[in-house]
Amino acid sequence: MNLPILSFVIFFPLAGAVILIFINKEKKNFLRSFAFSVALINFIISLTLYFNFNAQTPDPQFVEKEAWIGYGINYHVGIDGISLFLVLLSTFMMPIVILSSWTSIQKRIKEYLIFMLMLETGIIGVFVSLNLFLFYVFWEAMLIPMYFLIGAWGGPRRIYATLKYVLFTMFGSLLMLVAIFVLYTTYYKATGVYSFNLFDYYKIILNPNLQVWLFLAFALAFAIKVPMFPFHTWLPDAHVEAPTAGSVILAAVLLKMGAYGFLRFALPLFPEALEKFLPLLVILSLISIIYGGLMALIQKDIKSLVAYSSVSHMGLIMLAIFALNMEGIEGAIYQMLNHGLSTGALFLIVGILYERAHTRQIKDFGGVSKQMPVFSAFFLICMLSSVGLPGLNGFVGEVLCLFGVFKTNTLLAIIGVSTVILAAGYLLWMFQRVMQGPIKNEKILSFKDINKREIGYLIPIVILMFWMGIYPKPFLRKMDTSVTHLLNKVSRRERVFIKAEKDKGFISEIKKVLEKEKNKEMEEELR
Amino acid sequence: MTEIFWLIPFVPALSAFILAVFGKILPKKYVSFQACFAVFISFTISVVSLLGLLRISHENYPIVKTLFSWIHSGSFESNLSLQLDPLSAVMALVVSGVGFLIHVYSVGYMAEDKGYTRYFTYLNLFTFAMLLLVMGSNIVLMFIGWEGVGLCSYLLIGFWYEKHSAANAGKKAFIVNRIGDAGFLLGIFFIFVLIGSGEFTAINKAISGGVITQGAATLIAILLFVGAIGKSAQIPLYVWLPDAMEGPTPVSALIHAATMVTAGVYMVSRMNMLYTFSGVAAQIVAIVGALTAVYAATMALTQNDIKRVLAYSTISQIGFMFIGCGVGAYAAGMFHLYTHAFFKSLLFLAAGSVMHALSGELDMRKMGGLKKYLPLTYPTFLIGAIAIAGVPFFSGFFSKDAILTQAYANGQYFIWALGIMGAVLTAFYMFRLIFLTFHGQERIEPEAKKHLHESPPMMTIPLVILAFFSVVAGYIGLPVVLGKNLNWFGRFLEPVIRVSHEAHLEIGTEWLLILISVAVALVGIYIAYVFYIRNPQIPHALVARFPFIYKLLYNKYYVDEIYNAAFVNSTVKGSEIIYDHFDLKVVDGAVNGTGSATNFSGKILSYLQTGLLKDYALVFLLGAILFLGYLLFF
Repeated sequence: MNLPILSFVIFFPLAGAVILIFINKEKKNFLRSFAFSVALINFIISLTLYFNFNAQTPDPQFVEKEAWIGYGINYHVGIDGISLFLVLLSTFMMPIVILSSWTSIQKRIKEYLIFMLMLETGIIGVFVSLNLFLFYVFWEAMLIPMYFLIGAWGGPRRIYATLKYVLFTMFGSLLMLVAIFVLYTTYYKATGVYSFNLFDYYKIILNPNLQVWLFLAFALAFAIKVPMFPFHTWLPDAHVEAPTAGSVILAAVLLKMGAYGFLRFALPLFPEALEKFLPLLVILSLISIIYGGLMALIQKDIKSLVAYSSVSHMGLIMLAIFALNMEGIEGAIYQMLNHGLSTGALFLIVGILYERAHTRQIKDFGGVSKQMPVFSAFFLICMLSSVGLPGLNGFVGEVLCLFGVFKTNTLLAIIGVSTVILAAGYLLWMFQRVMQGPIKNEKILSFKDINKREIGYLIPIVILMFWMGIYPKPFLRKMDTSVTHLLNKVSRRERVFIKAEKDKGFISEIKKVLEKEKNKEMEEELR
Repeated sequence: MTEIFWLIPFVPALSAFILAVFGKILPKKYVSFQACFAVFISFTISVVSLLGLLRISHENYPIVKTLFSWIHSGSFESNLSLQLDPLSAVMALVVSGVGFLIHVYSVGYMAEDKGYTRYFTYLNLFTFAMLLLVMGSNIVLMFIGWEGVGLCSYLLIGFWYEKHSAANAGKKAFIVNRIGDAGFLLGIFFIFVLIGSGEFTAINKAISGGVITQGAATLIAILLFVGAIGKSAQIPLYVWLPDAMEGPTPVSALIHAATMVTAGVYMVSRMNMLYTFSGVAAQIVAIVGALTAVYAATMALTQNDIKRVLAYSTISQIGFMFIGCGVGAYAAGMFHLYTHAFFKSLLFLAAGSVMHALSGELDMRKMGGLKKYLPLTYPTFLIGAIAIAGVPFFSGFFSKDAILTQAYANGQYFIWALGIMGAVLTAFYMFRLIFLTFHGQERIEPEAKKHLHESPPMMTIPLVILAFFSVVAGYIGLPVVLGKNLNWFGRFLEPVIRVSHEAHLEIGTEWLLILISVAVALVGIYIAYVFYIRNPQIPHALVARFPFIYKLLYNKYYVDEIYNAAFVNSTVKGSEIIYDHFDLKVVDGAVNGTGSATNFSGKILSYLQTGLLKDYALVFLLGAILFLGYLLFF
């Protein structure tokens, strides 16, 4: 396995975007087909990651490491059982969203597609970077296409929404950048080696006081991204103003970066600080669950309803992560995928409605099922998946999340279970008002049922929903080792080399250990 | 043949799948044929499995078939595995048997409906979920079926979704059930944490091995019972069931009378060791059941909607089943579940036949004197009413009597008294319904009268079959006074439901109790006769005399209104206030405030801006170097 598959999956969309630049912008259908093919090929290639993934080892796989700028800034990528599925989720959703915007995006379609493909590169980059500098580059790079997607193809308040989105994210990520530099220098001071390598950082125990500040910076950046209460207000605005595809990607993949960040960085790097802030984080997660659910209940715009439901769902994911046990974290990762599918699908569905009605106000609908029976069936399934009905994906994730929480703290789980009731409340009520009842609005009589293209992009999602609900084994088994490993790191059960304090004797010893390791690696390479 | 028992739920599942995907292109006749036939196959396998089970020695119960490992993460493990033992065999038989008849009836009843295929898809899906519920070999799988039937109930109550009330009722049913399900889920979690496995055999082993304390058992049992309260429509979560009558009548018969709503009783019987071990939880089950039995019956007294009377009757009868379970007579509770499935689905289907005859009329005030127009519906309806009223020699008598006798024998006199009260009321309201509908003056609307006709054979044949069973079904569980070994039903369930607890009475006392039950049934019927045939002014006089009580009953104690105000509206209103005044003004306001403050300071600082790119780049570079330098060297 020496083919650089991972690099291919990261940069193939970007290459596609570059080629798009040279295609005549009047050939709209060719542009669309081309972008779609690029995304689809990328998905198919990314599947080889799954099939060649070795579930027995916690070490990152498909690793590629190239010197880049120097001073520890390397091109270093790889995936483990946690990032594997997030990469797959991204490559899976991309062709779907391109297909979904086939007719809804008419103006400047070429630029739109270019940004879409650029976005894919950024997203995947974030999930596979093992070098913090590289990670940060992707993290920020991804903002640019998103900025344009909402800002140029969004709704009437798009400028306000984009600014809010970008400023929020930037605020968090700048603090994170500072924290990354502090980590970098601390590591350098302790070892005399320049490194942004995540695995190097895993090996050091930082001074608890320093950890607190670094953790706060990382956690803030990620909490904004998730988003956790009270940092959520950018989300409904961004969703409401974004074009359908933007919303889908935002909900399905971008929000996962926050949760992923906690799993990959904030938790294993700063376990002592985590312990200190755990109560606060747990309370915020719990508030997110209930608060998001209650706010979703009373939204008048379908899209902001789904957006608030995301706040609630992501709250459960975060709560499960903070349960810090096997069931909770596997459940959380599983639920991230579920949330990606079901909320992504719900946004696609809202998009389908919007394309016909040019409104998203709940009160403008009613009785749509009669006019669009096939669409109604899809809507129903996606809604039930989001509600967590057994037999569909949502249940498996939800039950594992809640069980994980239950194991650490019964009371939290009892409060958290309210999500089961709340989700049924806001989604079924919305479904009733939009799809059922008599047709009040005459415009609805002219709605056409979904066409083959729309069915085409909903069907893969629905199939996956059933698959993940009925036979979750192929997903869960690939996560086991990585999650166990992560938990070991968080609970400090793992071998640690370096204590980053100004203890010269200790440090020189560590240097020796590191050198030995380096020699070993070199020997292996020589062999 | 017993080995293929695990196919029982999956045949209807396959049928539902085919109908869902290809329904559009399949001819209507084929759709109904396939739907009915699939359930018939399940029924056949159930019969074969039950017979096979009789030949196998008790030590080999249950037969478990594991298909694959379903969810497994950490200590949470659940297989997709089905089990066959007497309890699940009886349930599978009832579900597929009654289910089959109702499928057939539906072919006639839904013939004109536009959603024909959708209807049969849902009905097949329901049968699958219900069979999964009763055959699953662990609590998680039971929960899957549990929620699955809830979904089908939602879909079928809201089947005519263009009607606002139907859509509303479906949603209400789902959400109220979810409240119960949340409790059930917590119960499952406790089981996993305390026992470590959700398999029923493992749970039973843990209880008999003393792995959990009595307190823990009580906690688990009560949480699971919260789920049962939702699903089986007991106090305080019964409110969804009367509204569920918005669905097509065969659905009310199958889901909201014969099978789904009795799932709670099945669950308690399945976990009988847990409830018996806990003691307290069993007592709670008995109390909730007894209170519900009387309370729901009082609401049935004044309703004019024929299906709503039956709905309250169902709630009340399930209360009886819970009395049985609660006093330790699980077999008696299950026995009532089994006889009730016949006579209650008969009553609903017969009511459907009345509606069919009257072009959809539900109001009993617009019926009367229908006896002569409906030569098949009337006698079958009457048989159902006699059976539920508890008249001797009909099935309902044996099962109800078994429950009440056991309540008395276990010293639960208060529960027994409530049960007797419920029985009087039952006999009364059922015969009120019979008299108002079939006897007395004709009050039929002229328009409806024009189309008045008996239903087609597709509908009446199931009525006749169910009527037959409503008479004879009780004879497999005769009371002890008639002979020691005549309770075949109880003995059959014995391997699952150990009769450690069943107290025995003296023959004299037992006969006395039977006499009381009979008297109670006859008195109820007689009062109804006096009120509605001999002297129809009495009810009016009573209403005039006690308007408050009448209004209270007629408006179902205003519970719906109270719930709406206390839970639904307050949540919505509260959330709106939070959204307007907190989310938008405080949380978002802080963000926008920061924005404007930044904007303001930005304007002042903009004097520093030269607008030249190279200046900015220089400042940026200097800043970065200073920062990095600071970090590296200090």
